[in-house]
Amino acid sequence: MVPSLKLHDFMEEIRGAKTQAQEREVIQKECAHIRASFRDGDPLQRHRQLTKLLYVHMLGYPAHFGQMECLKLIASPRFIDKRVGYLGAMLLLDERHDAHLLITNSIKNDLSQGIQPVQGLALCTLSTMGSAEMCRDLATEVEKLLLQPGPYVRKKAILTAVHMVRKAPELSDIFLPLCAKLLHEHHHGILLGTITLIMELCERSPAALRHFRKVVPKLVQILRTLVTTGYSTEHSISGISDPFLQVQILRLLRILGRNHEKSSETMNDLLAQVATNTDTSRNAGSAVLFETVLTIMDIHSAAGLRVLAVNILGRFLLNSDKNIRYVALTSLLKLVKSDHSAVQRHRPTVVECLRESDASLSRRALELSLALVNSSNVRSMTQELQAFLESCPPDLRADCASGILLAAERFAPTKRWHIDTILHVLTTAGTYVRDDAVANLTQLIGGAQELHAYSVHRLYHALAEDISQQPLVQVATWCIGEYGDFLLENCEETEPLQVEEEEVMALLEKVLQSHMSLPATRGYALTALMKLSTRIQGDTEAAILEKMPLVEHGGPQTDEEAKESRDDTAPVPTEPQTSKLLDLLNLLDDTSGDTQQPPSLNPSPEGALVHLLDLPCAPPPPAPIPNLKVFEREGVQLNLSFTRPPGTPALLLITVTTTNSSEDEVTHFICQAAVPKSVQLQLEAPSGNTVPAQDGPPITQLFRILNPNKAPLRLKLRLTYNHFGQSVQEIFEVNNLPVKTWQ
Amino acid sequence: MQFMLLFSRRGKLRLQKWYVPLSDKEKKKITRELVQTVLARKPKMCSFLEWRDLKIVYRRYASLYFCCAIEDQDNELITLEIIHRYVELLDKCFGSVCELDIFNFEKAYFILDEFLLGGEVQETSKKNVLKAIEQADLLQEEAETPRSVLEEIGLT
Repeated sequence: MVPSLKLHDFMEEIRGAKTQAQEREVIQKECAHIRASFRDGDPLQRHRQLTKLLYVHMLGYPAHFGQMECLKLIASPRFIDKRVGYLGAMLLLDERHDAHLLITNSIKNDLSQGIQPVQGLALCTLSTMGSAEMCRDLATEVEKLLLQPGPYVRKKAILTAVHMVRKAPELSDIFLPLCAKLLHEHHHGILLGTITLIMELCERSPAALRHFRKVVPKLVQILRTLVTTGYSTEHSISGISDPFLQVQILRLLRILGRNHEKSSETMNDLLAQVATNTDTSRNAGSAVLFETVLTIMDIHSAAGLRVLAVNILGRFLLNSDKNIRYVALTSLLKLVKSDHSAVQRHRPTVVECLRESDASLSRRALELSLALVNSSNVRSMTQELQAFLESCPPDLRADCASGILLAAERFAPTKRWHIDTILHVLTTAGTYVRDDAVANLTQLIGGAQELHAYSVHRLYHALAEDISQQPLVQVATWCIGEYGDFLLENCEETEPLQVEEEEVMALLEKVLQSHMSLPATRGYALTALMKLSTRIQGDTEAAILEKMPLVEHGGPQTDEEAKESRDDTAPVPTEPQTSKLLDLLNLLDDTSGDTQQPPSLNPSPEGALVHLLDLPCAPPPPAPIPNLKVFEREGVQLNLSFTRPPGTPALLLITVTTTNSSEDEVTHFICQAAVPKSVQLQLEAPSGNTVPAQDGPPITQLFRILNPNKAPLRLKLRLTYNHFGQSVQEIFEVNNLPVKTWQ
Repeated sequence: MQFMLLFSRRGKLRLQKWYVPLSDKEKKKITRELVQTVLARKPKMCSFLEWRDLKIVYRRYASLYFCCAIEDQDNELITLEIIHRYVELLDKCFGSVCELDIFNFEKAYFILDEFLLGGEVQETSKKNVLKAIEQADLLQEEAETPRSVLEEIGLT
């Protein structure tokens, strides 16, 4: 059997393991030894075995079988045993384990047997993992040690009391009366512990807080001595006397001075002194100064002192040390509401911090910059923020974009500036803006009548350059649809550039076709195309597509509600049609696999479109394209007639007529269609589902096909119906489609 | 302070001191995630980050990362001084902080426990901390601990 390893050898062997599996093997082997040794090994070696086990625990392996060993070691009289045993208890046991209560007795014994290092171990362990129950059991022992003179144990007893008060707040009553006296000690450790204890007591009880206000003068005196007395090597860091103690005193002063004029007054001079005299060439001084600033801002300070404090933070912003800039930004952000004008003075420096390479700093700088925007600086701040938006890390873009938009909404000096700003944000970071940005902008533009021409020109040009950013595309297409007529005239405020109808249509069709466009975007584009095709041509349907009335700023889909409210036909069920359409499209998958979602899958804009155009109107004039019979079965016949309305070269209207010359009626008739991917298809609802026998009134249905690319048209139809007591399904492709239907 | 973690550049834990009660599972999860987060930081970034609802203060010394989790009202800058003081103490006792990577991990705990107690600073004099360690080590070397020896070194 391989002998047990010494700790160093064990560590070496673990380090030598090349794989996780190898390491596990080494550890498991040794743990077996350790277990055996715990069972019946030499008790003098027990501490070595436990040390190995603690090492293994640190690497993440289970070590619970060592818990009882900790107890045995703690109970041993040997110091080495206690040292390792208590360490083990702190690492392996905590409040959750029942075993922890078993060490209460050992701790009690160790606390009272007068050997200082041993008392130290016990106190340390109690303050690290002592449960509320243990604390109650041992409170008296700790109190005794707090009162005995030796500073080594005393300072530990005080901090143990802090832990006890946190765990079992009723123990405050035991320790509170002892504190004031402890402040007269000279040992820094005792002072530090006492101040920490007082802070803990004050934070738990308003009565304690009132009680301790009386020590403010004493605290002031201690701090003053620290600050003014010379250099003491024992406690100094970079020439600052005991910065740990200074910071702690300042924290307690803050707690005591908060909301209390008299205490605040007592500390005012001292705070001013510390604020002006602390050497901040090294971090220790900055730490003290920082705490001073926090205290000044939180108590009732004189106004001049507050301004001084904010200015110190402003200076921190210019410090070459990143960490100091960080705490400055964080603190200024907390103060920006209460001391707005004081913080405003440092706005230029804050804006500089936007250029920080460290993202946690630039994030804070962004938050602070946004908080500092007001009506007088909105133009310059927006400029800075927009510059930041162009180069900032991606995870900040969304916040920056919405921040700019919010600031613009609150402080825009003019509507035109507002529109320009939103436009700029949409072009720079369009994909990061929130959903309501589109609705907001359309509402804004709609309400600014004098700016319609300007807006549509600018948006047109922006769209012409880039059709990938969806919010921009949506707003632009909406605008073009609404105000497209302005686009064809010149606008004085933008560059004179003659825009032709065809260019506009082409752009809209490009948007419609683009694989980058979301279904909603296609809806916007389609709507715009429809509006323009009539508005610019002056068709009879022009009245239907009048400019929208300005809608109230409400929830989403305001476009929808406005359009639907003017519709008075019954709602047409388009949903079942479109879902089945998707199935059909799979049948006609002629190119590579990416399933493009046609706009008909998005109910909203398409639904409205169908409503609008479902109004009674004259049938399309007979087209020069000949009709086509596409199907016949047992007297049921399907005929297609085609129309290419002038002015919309991409549009083809097909009317499908279903007739029945048989003896039995046709019921539950459904006709679905599919076209190639590059072509858009929309089905109107049919006139009915039934064709009575012997040439009863036929079913007619309108198909609308958009084929701007002039792709060769193919059409596949799927029919389902009941006839002669049977359910019929027919799927077929329409052959012989006249070339004129798509060329 | 809620906890302090020391880990190597490769993410191996060298010391874990928890001042709040958490289950082993939670400690493991926190350790894993925090170590990953800190190791992902670029060298020039500041020493502070916000993680969950805690403030994290970290610094790298040679091949070791020192990482503390402090509460909202704690001063980040003074925490840097706490870390630095601890490093100085380790240096004095070990000769070089890198040694911690290999030997005497338990000693690192003993030193920490003379500097911080219950998550708070207990002793601000470097000299006093080192003296206490020395005396404890002396005591440890005795096979038994006769009272006379203790009286000699003034510990009773």
